[in-house]
Amino acid sequence: MTPHAKKAKQFLADEARTDWHNQTLWIVRKKRDALAAAVPEWETLREKASIIKENVLANLDVYLEQFEAAALKNGVTVLWANDAAAFNQIILDIIQKHEAKNIVKSKSMLTEECGLNHFLHHKGIDVVDTDLGERIIQFRGEAPSHIVLPAIHLKKEEIGETFHEKLGTDKGASDPTYLTRAARKHLREKFLAADVALTGVNFAVAETGTVVVCTNEGNADMGVHAAPVQVHCMGIEKIVPRQEDLGVFTRLLARSATGQPVTTYTSHYGTPKPGGAMYIVIVDNGRSKHLGNPKYVNSLKCLRCGACMNTCPVFRRSGGHSYGYVIPGPIGSILAPQRTDARYTDLPFASSLCGSCSNVCPAKINIHEQLYYWRQDLSEKKQTSFIKRFSMKMTGFVLSSNSRYNFAGNMARKALKYLPHKLIYLPINAWGRGRELPAPPKQSFKQWYKNNRKNKPQ
Amino acid sequence: MKKYRIGLFIPCYIDLFYPQVGIATLELLEKLGQEVIYPPKQTCCGQPLANSGSEQEAIATYQHFVNNFQGFDYIVTPSGSCAYHVRRHYDILEQTDAVRKVRETTYELCEFLTDILDVDDLKIRFPHKVGIHQSCHGLRGLKLGAPSELMIPSFSKVRRLLEKAEGIELIELDRKDECCGFGGTFAIFEPDVSVKMGKDRISDHERNGAEFITATDTSCLMHMEGIIRRQKKTIQVKHIAEILNTNSL
Ligand code: SF4
Repeated sequence: MTPHAKKAKQFLADEARTDWHNQTLWIVRKKRDALAAAVPEWETLREKASIIKENVLANLDVYLEQFEAAALKNGVTVLWANDAAAFNQIILDIIQKHEAKNIVKSKSMLTEECGLNHFLHHKGIDVVDTDLGERIIQFRGEAPSHIVLPAIHLKKEEIGETFHEKLGTDKGASDPTYLTRAARKHLREKFLAADVALTGVNFAVAETGTVVVCTNEGNADMGVHAAPVQVHCMGIEKIVPRQEDLGVFTRLLARSATGQPVTTYTSHYGTPKPGGAMYIVIVDNGRSKHLGNPKYVNSLKCLRCGACMNTCPVFRRSGGHSYGYVIPGPIGSILAPQRTDARYTDLPFASSLCGSCSNVCPAKINIHEQLYYWRQDLSEKKQTSFIKRFSMKMTGFVLSSNSRYNFAGNMARKALKYLPHKLIYLPINAWGRGRELPAPPKQSFKQWYKNNRKNKPQ
Repeated sequence: MKKYRIGLFIPCYIDLFYPQVGIATLELLEKLGQEVIYPPKQTCCGQPLANSGSEQEAIATYQHFVNNFQGFDYIVTPSGSCAYHVRRHYDILEQTDAVRKVRETTYELCEFLTDILDVDDLKIRFPHKVGIHQSCHGLRGLKLGAPSELMIPSFSKVRRLLEKAEGIELIELDRKDECCGFGGTFAIFEPDVSVKMGKDRISDHERNGAEFITATDTSCLMHMEGIIRRQKKTIQVKHIAEILNTNSL
């Protein structure tokens, strides 16, 4: 079994919980449908977003330089990181330069990707994640299971338990309002003491040099307003050319993500506050390697809305942690293999290729086709198991010849007819786990045709 | 109605395990006055290999398909998934005239009936409650209908053919086009998720009162039937060709 299949099996062992996870995310998908349907030009918007992003990716060097120049003019310090290690070091340097003790961070998948929290922890610096969901999983020492709803795998009782332990809430209390109030009080203290506020970036506008951060909790703003030093961390692909392009993306983002017309807070950060410092750190970490690859470059159009996860019938039933990569679900499964890490080669196979992800994607990424391409590329690089490659070669040999096919087919039908049930359903037979094989008919279609049509005049 | 010379493609699992679906397809097309020929040396479209990442190993099978099916007006198959595979993924072959023609003229049965023969009233009587399982490659690949994710006017070629049937009641599902979890080799490599997806799909049809689940693809139905039989449920599966062939025309 592949690592994903194994972890999925564990997740599925508690069927009631799987059903709950599945239904919770399906409700988010339905909210998205309702909000998208209310926008008559929805499909045009998706097309526009896709075209804007394709243009950005084709001219990324130009836009990044334009962005940097505009940001510098705004009094921002712009720093570039080639990879995760360089990025982490840059953040550490900023923290040390400002002799900061208290660091708050709003949601940023990029910092997860680079392992920033872990790196800083080893340097004796603890970062407080201020997004409620992220704080919950940080308390529990877990990774996010979804990029927009990081604690979606947890039930409120489990969160009550964690808060009782970490924040001293009443034992057994699981009322969401009560727990949220406790978290709010706890986080307020962290905000007020913050020396440095880190944020992710949803969009970076090339013509203005500003960054846009979208949250529902206002936690990015709380941090940025309270701390004298603000640091915005972005991947190179976050660029949009003009301020007016933002309208396309903000209309798509929240509707796709959570079925809201717009995120509660859409904050534009342009200049450092009086007496403060503002940094923008631009990170490559392997992205530019795929800019020239026509098969995979479009994966960089991703807005990180999470809609492909909510719609994915596999994700909803296997849970985000089953993927083992920082970004789970369909988009993660085409991003992870780009990291050329053998750990992730099973992910493009963790899909039924139903194509629902590509249809919900606000940036029109052909996710399911890229999954298919990765399957080919990984097999060619011989990164799938020997047994699988051998059986595929054999299958190809059988299917490309009529007589070999007939022979194999007859054997299969005879085997099903005469072998005892126990032998057919040996544990090795993955089909037989939960499914019967079809009852073998008296004759194949081929045989029937020969007997009933072949000699008739055409 | 125009008469065409049709090459009938019967996918391997239909040939071996569900011959009645092939027979229904053949009889239906014949009743509609078509000249239908089953090229006897055909095997498979190569999809099982390609979806497992072995496109290269599939090329010989693709070539074999093209060789067997050149020279027809249309190639018709009772499988959305295979038709989609030929049309979409035979792009890795050298695009000779024969390859291009085969790709352009390969049709899934329902779309052939509605788009080429332009029929929808097949004078059928099927007095049952039927749930339509919208097989993904037919729906999202061949665009046999409007998938629920896209904000486009709703249409369904499958529904158009079925709703004319006398006595039929097409039930509505809670999730109208979720995947059943077959996914070819996905069913083998991810058995637990695959079976769970199938169970959930069947429950949706049961909950909404279907006696029959129908689909354009036998593969989805084989997967769901396997679960139905294992769990000793009473709901039945029937390929759409079998329903459409219940007519007397
Ligand atoms: S791939 Fe598309 S749907 Fe998935 S997170 Fe990115 S933008 Fe959203």
